[in-house]
Amino acid sequence: MITLEKKKPQAQALNNVVIRFVGDSGDGMQLTGTQFSDTSAMFGNDVATFPNYPSEIRAPQGSLYGVSGFQVHIGSVEVSTPGDNVDLLVAMNPAALKTNLYAVKPGHTIIVDTDSFTKKNLEKALYEKNPLEDGSLENYRVIQVQMTSLTKEALKDVEGLDNKSITRSKNMFALGMVYWLYNRSPEHTIDFFKKKFKTKPHLIEANKKVLNAGYFYAETIELIPNSYSISPAKMAKGTYRIIMGNTATAWGFLAAAEKSGRELFLGSYPITPATDILHELVKHKHFGVKAFQAEDEIAGVTSAIGASFAGDLAITTTSGPGLALKGEAIGLAMMIELPLVVVNVQRGGPSTGLPTKTEQSDLLQALFGRNGESPVIVIAASTPANCFNYAYEAAKLAVEHMTPVILLTDGYIANGSGPWRIKTVEEMPEIKNHLIKEAKENWHPYDRDPETLARNWAIPGTPGLEHRVGGLEKDKVTGDVSHVPENHEIMVRTRAEKVKRVQNYIPPIMPEFTDEGDLLVVGWGGTYGALHSAVKELFEEGYRNIGFAHFNYINPLPKNTEETFRRFKKVIVCELNSGQFANVLRMNIFDIEFLQYNKIQGLPFANSELVEKFKSLI
Amino acid sequence: METATLNNKYTYKDFANDQEVRWCPGCDDYVILRSVQKALPEMDVKKEDVVFISGIGCSSRFPYYMGTYGMHGIHGRAPAIASGVKLANPDLSVWVITGDGDSMAIGGNHFIHVLRRNIDLNIILFNNEIYGLTKGQFSPTSLVGQKTKSSPYGNTQPPFSPGELAIGAHGRFFARISGNTPKEMTETFVEAQKFKGTSLIEVMQNCVIFNDGCYLKYTDKTVREDKQLYVENGKPMIFGKERDKGLVLNGLKLEVVNVGENGITEEDILIHDAKEKDPTLHQMLIRMEYPLVTGIIRSFDDITLEERENALTEEIKSKSSFHSTSDLFFSGETYEVK
Ligand SMILES: Cc1ncc(C[n+]2csc(CCOP(=O)(O)OP(=O)(O)O)c2C)c(N)n1
Ligand code: SF4
Repeated sequence: MITLEKKKPQAQALNNVVIRFVGDSGDGMQLTGTQFSDTSAMFGNDVATFPNYPSEIRAPQGSLYGVSGFQVHIGSVEVSTPGDNVDLLVAMNPAALKTNLYAVKPGHTIIVDTDSFTKKNLEKALYEKNPLEDGSLENYRVIQVQMTSLTKEALKDVEGLDNKSITRSKNMFALGMVYWLYNRSPEHTIDFFKKKFKTKPHLIEANKKVLNAGYFYAETIELIPNSYSISPAKMAKGTYRIIMGNTATAWGFLAAAEKSGRELFLGSYPITPATDILHELVKHKHFGVKAFQAEDEIAGVTSAIGASFAGDLAITTTSGPGLALKGEAIGLAMMIELPLVVVNVQRGGPSTGLPTKTEQSDLLQALFGRNGESPVIVIAASTPANCFNYAYEAAKLAVEHMTPVILLTDGYIANGSGPWRIKTVEEMPEIKNHLIKEAKENWHPYDRDPETLARNWAIPGTPGLEHRVGGLEKDKVTGDVSHVPENHEIMVRTRAEKVKRVQNYIPPIMPEFTDEGDLLVVGWGGTYGALHSAVKELFEEGYRNIGFAHFNYINPLPKNTEETFRRFKKVIVCELNSGQFANVLRMNIFDIEFLQYNKIQGLPFANSELVEKFKSLI
Repeated sequence: METATLNNKYTYKDFANDQEVRWCPGCDDYVILRSVQKALPEMDVKKEDVVFISGIGCSSRFPYYMGTYGMHGIHGRAPAIASGVKLANPDLSVWVITGDGDSMAIGGNHFIHVLRRNIDLNIILFNNEIYGLTKGQFSPTSLVGQKTKSSPYGNTQPPFSPGELAIGAHGRFFARISGNTPKEMTETFVEAQKFKGTSLIEVMQNCVIFNDGCYLKYTDKTVREDKQLYVENGKPMIFGKERDKGLVLNGLKLEVVNVGENGITEEDILIHDAKEKDPTLHQMLIRMEYPLVTGIIRSFDDITLEERENALTEEIKSKSSFHSTSDLFFSGETYEVK
């Protein structure tokens, strides 16, 4: 019998730790990881997570390509990425071990379920010898646990469980061990099961038993010499929740709709990794959200254009290939000058590319992927939580400037999660609009606000404002169809100027760490976490001459962009593509040399590669 | 015809505007434009609630010539744009203007799905069996063998029949009207507006430039009554100058019979039932080549998408405890940092 009072050994304090739970797709690794990160967040740690699913829906059990994982990075200091080096790998089977060992540095810990290292599973994982026996893991601290048998043992007295659900709950045994190892209480997870299985008390009991069994087992065995403590992080006061990037994006739009007093319309067609925004918004009919799953991307965007014409806050969500299909319609929205938000959750391209991997290679498509000269506002979110802010901002800019806005996120931040300090709708900035309620004399549909050049928004149902819009060029005053050569030039320039003037309404670029110096690291979008932590590491090492400028506004660029670059001797633009933003900067600023650091592997930046590169430049 | 109560204040001029109409002289598009403008005052709608959405093609210039709200969209996408308008504001009377190239080729996907969903839109399909605006290529309704700019040796692609396609896509309302019968057209538009659900009106539109006379064998004044059967709900399907021909069902086939011959009387002639849910007979009527059946062939009342959506939204709203998005944000698992 395990003694509950056993004294905890002295816990070793750590700043941060990266844990990866991996197993078969049926092993419940996503749940295990989420529970660990939620518990840590509630304990006060900063948290960043990233799930990693197989691209097959249901791969054969135990196969190398059926491995599903969830990575959690927790810290008593700020953590801005899910981390690149894993401190603890929990591997539920040989395939999981094989595909994830690369991420664990020698000297670090691996927990395995030895029960799963059967001949059959080893074969499926293409192991010739059992790695637990052949000495190949001797540089790691391997904790071998008969997780399946111990789980069965723990559950032998619980009634009403079939064999399958017994073996399935071994993930809770693993979680229990990890809770003990990192000084976390299993309470939160027990509460979770109480809610989840309200009507099935035997399942609550079973999960609680296994979780505690894992916890006490870790305490008992001497294989784990010490445990770790990661104290709470210093975070701004407030109420928090852990949020996924795609959920944050959806919620940003809900907030914008409420604030602007417009109903939210989403026209969308499923595509990885954007679909979760649709999944989230269809839930919110109680807010009057009209989420329309269309027959294709073109119908998604065009239905949104129709809804915008009729006065809704209209959005469409997609990923790269879908954006390609929407191009013509975005041109129409730009031409008829209606508010529209297009979300592109980027993935690896071109064509179907790497659908479940991340990349930043749709930037030029967002900026230029339409016929004719058709500038639109392009902005990018940089963390899972700030997807909320930039979705809100995209809606605000679209409505206030009467133009399409493309919001870029990517698979990495869309699926990742982190703490979000909850913002109420009251806290969010005002969203003005250009709606007109009644006809004034000499009114024209393309009359513009002299400051923003936004045209007015006259919606069907308003008497006296009947008018026609369309894709054909229109007269600069009346808005009627016009093929007058000079008029076309004026209109092209006016539409460009309208987007340019958005510069007056967006914040300046503010480099972090230093305002001037030897090297400016430049990034945009979802690479914020990786770039920020690399520059921070150098700063902590004593480098005070490296600044970091991260762009969320890409068209137009912040007004002070050029001036900021000039305060540094060297500028390096880091992107997960072959240099698209660097080229955009070159187009705008001719006489600065932009160095590049690019990675095109469908993978995020690793800290070490960045640090090394930046060091080599100073 | 019923007279509307609300809007007898309007005349057709209220639905025109000052823009110069630029179709080829003699094009049936003018007849359709005027028929729409004449139909609108007969409807129970306010001018500011009327919206015309079109794709691309000669026909799709239509919204520019109306005094209502309108959008000239992009090629083939008008049904999707119009769906967005209607879902955003179900109080509007939304009309889709499209051509055979626009709706059957590039917009085929949106065309079938809008019919399937049964959103309350009215679609006027200008079928001239040719691409007009791009100057004379064959379209998905052009006949096999037809010589056009892009089929100099004769078209080899068999055509669609819009009505068959519409019914295959679960269309609930289908009418076919000659482009040279403005009175019937006007009446049909009024009926289409009254119908709750997607109404499709195919107009046999003559393109004087690229496909002149393509319907003459049915539409010429001298043959019209003998070659066309104009159906009306609840009335026997009788046609001919002498009103002596009619349709009967012979086994699984429709057959033309002569009233007064072989003991056949008017009683034996099929009565048109546009409201029937089962589309089998409607399909057969659409497919007939002699006589060509015109008029409202199908008008089956069914729940619309927006009615379904609204009912669901109301139900969910009444059960929800969320009043503001803030309620959602603070719901579920949150924690305090002090
Ligand atoms: C994306 C796209 N592809 C092609 C065209 C060229 N185009 C314009 S109208 C048209 C055909 C229109 O035919 P139809 O719908 O029969 O209309 P009509 O002109 O006969 O009224 C084509 C192919 C276009 N405008 N946009
Ligand atoms: S080309 Fe044909 S369809 Fe187009 S306006 Fe001329 S006659 Fe009418």
